[in-house]
Amino acid sequence: MLRAAGLALPLVAFIVVTFLAPLGAMLVRSVYDPVVADALPETLAAMQTWDGGSIPDEAVFAALARELAAAYEARTLGRVATRLNRVQSGLRSVVTRSARRLRNVEVEDPGQGTATPWRDAVVAAGEAWADIETWRAVRRAGQSVTARHYLHALDLDRGANEEIVRRPPELRIYLALLARTLLVSTSITVLCLLFGYPVAYLIAHAPPTRANLLLVLVLVPFWTSLLVRTTAWIVLLQSRGVVNDVLVTLGILGDAGRLQMIYNMTGTLVAMTHVLLPFMVLPLYAVMRNVPVQHMSAAASLGASFPQAFRRVYWPQTLPGVGAGSLLVFILAIGYYITPALVGGRTGQLISNMIAYHMQQSLNWGLAAALGGILLACVVGLYLLYDRIVGVERMRLG
Amino acid sequence: MATTRWLTAFAITSAVALSAAADPLTVVSWGGSYGRASQSAILDPFSRETGIETRMEDYNGGLAQIRAQVEAGRVHWDVVDLELPDLVRGCDEGLLEFVDIADMPAAPDGTLAAADYLPGTITECGGCTLFYSTVYAYNTHEFPDAKPTTIEDFFDLAKFPGRRGMRRVPYANLELALIADGVPLADVYSALGTRAGIDRAFAKLDSIKEHIVWWEAGAQPPQLLADREVAMSTAYNGRIFNAQVLEHQPFVVVWDGQVLDSGGVGIVAGTSRLEEARKLVEFAARPAVMAEISKYISYSPARRSGAPLVTTHLETGVEMAPHMPTTQANMARVLQNDWQWWADHADEVNERFGAWLAR
Repeated sequence: MLRAAGLALPLVAFIVVTFLAPLGAMLVRSVYDPVVADALPETLAAMQTWDGGSIPDEAVFAALARELAAAYEARTLGRVATRLNRVQSGLRSVVTRSARRLRNVEVEDPGQGTATPWRDAVVAAGEAWADIETWRAVRRAGQSVTARHYLHALDLDRGANEEIVRRPPELRIYLALLARTLLVSTSITVLCLLFGYPVAYLIAHAPPTRANLLLVLVLVPFWTSLLVRTTAWIVLLQSRGVVNDVLVTLGILGDAGRLQMIYNMTGTLVAMTHVLLPFMVLPLYAVMRNVPVQHMSAAASLGASFPQAFRRVYWPQTLPGVGAGSLLVFILAIGYYITPALVGGRTGQLISNMIAYHMQQSLNWGLAAALGGILLACVVGLYLLYDRIVGVERMRLG
Repeated sequence: MATTRWLTAFAITSAVALSAAADPLTVVSWGGSYGRASQSAILDPFSRETGIETRMEDYNGGLAQIRAQVEAGRVHWDVVDLELPDLVRGCDEGLLEFVDIADMPAAPDGTLAAADYLPGTITECGGCTLFYSTVYAYNTHEFPDAKPTTIEDFFDLAKFPGRRGMRRVPYANLELALIADGVPLADVYSALGTRAGIDRAFAKLDSIKEHIVWWEAGAQPPQLLADREVAMSTAYNGRIFNAQVLEHQPFVVVWDGQVLDSGGVGIVAGTSRLEEARKLVEFAARPAVMAEISKYISYSPARRSGAPLVTTHLETGVEMAPHMPTTQANMARVLQNDWQWWADHADEVNERFGAWLAR
């Protein structure tokens, strides 16, 4: 028993290191963001008693001035400014400018003369510090554990009283993209099933030599680099590409009326269906091979027409393969990134391209993680739904 | 046994250390004709003078890769050619090393560097090296009769039909849209500071959205124009210049409404080649070197003492002054990019631009 577990240990370790740990780290990042809390601990502590409706008291300003100057010296200020700027646009310059000015500010012992020397100094360094909205932003960004990224990923935000509101229409993007991603993935799954089912049928019931040849025809593209297959579609579909040239030469299209088939949704659908087709054909083929052909003959001998026999005898027996292939294609499609990036243009982009943007360009990794988390939840939800309706134990990959 | 192992380990580590020391200084720039200009005007003479080998890599701007390297603690870029807003932001965020302007070489007449740089071109992480500009250009074959002459014409599909090339970022595009929509130059950034102003800019872009071809690398617009994929395109002025004089492309630059930018070189924080990197930055800050770049591409020196040193294009002998963004005749309607505004609003505006693109 123990020895068997020991044999599985390398696999378990591999899964933990390469899969569970990064996944966990990503999910943690989507709800945990300690940059501001680490840089401004005393300010945030002093704000504990703040009522949220008026300007905070002197102790808060004193702590802020000290901590901003310290962050400037430690060169961590930029990250603090970036985080605050994401909560409220415009705070980046307020933070960097006031930190630079507050470095050299000396304040007399408070309690003499004006009651609020620190407050005066901080507001002089940056007017925005007299605005309650700024302090709300600081408090919000100061929460290390936050639902902010998930709200953002669902086009939601916090209102003035911390209630959840929708973001302004011109900034809503992620829900629409998520819906588009689900729609595109569903369409691709259906297309793959439509194209893949007859192919699998043909291979499964052809004589062995022809079946092998057909199988090779499915597998060769499967083994070809993804990039090669995607760029091949660019060559075929672009406005001066093979397909358009043929149509123009045959006189079906005018030279001015060339079809726009790439760098849009059509390009994404065509290229992704092609790329994912083998993932549908192979499980279908594996299941169909085990469906005895005699069943169809038996049905025919009992008087069933071909469509009837297919619907009532053949199709139900291939359902485990249909389920496995569909689930496989759908799950791969939902997270697909490189093909839409290359051929999707402006309108064929999916949520995965947004995740890549936030990972690589804006460097808002918290938001990227939240978007990834939502995608993961979608896939797990669909899997559970599938289990409920069809039953996972009926799924067969071969 | 143990001794052998230690010896092997020592041999390997010292080999690694030696090869690291022999590695050339990695300088990252914008590729294409500008990359070649930097190579000939800065890197080659720098290597000849100091014996420090350099190696150039290309990128398309932004701080993302620098930030990723610095945060991961694996810095393999040493010196990066940056747009001014990124030089300032990178400096603020601790991604770049501080460079004191007082350490930069003085002008030939003895003027201290700090007084020699043009206004707004000094940062805590170094001075700018040159001015460049976002202009638009067209292919004369596309417009045999009436020619576009103003930024309004770029947005006028009725008068000048055809596809437009624009950079796939909000940067400079929002400004051009507002200028074309009649906002006076002085009010562009205050308008962009309001919701209504941003709406207005996007509304103007909406009017040509279906006709825009988006480009990302600076080398693309001349190609798009040459292939006649677009009728006109925004571009960096130097790229169009090079296509004009070296490839004899029938391109015309429209200077009206140009958005003037400056750029400079920064040292990536945590580089293992700090001393060599500093030498390169000082070398690039010489007025004569700044003027040397203009022998290859039409970008103007960021120091006053550099301007009189500008002469002709090395390869063709073309007089450079008419092609410079800072030449008086080209400055009739010019907007100087407000990096402060972009530092504050880039996150929000980028998001909105992304949402707008996807619709």
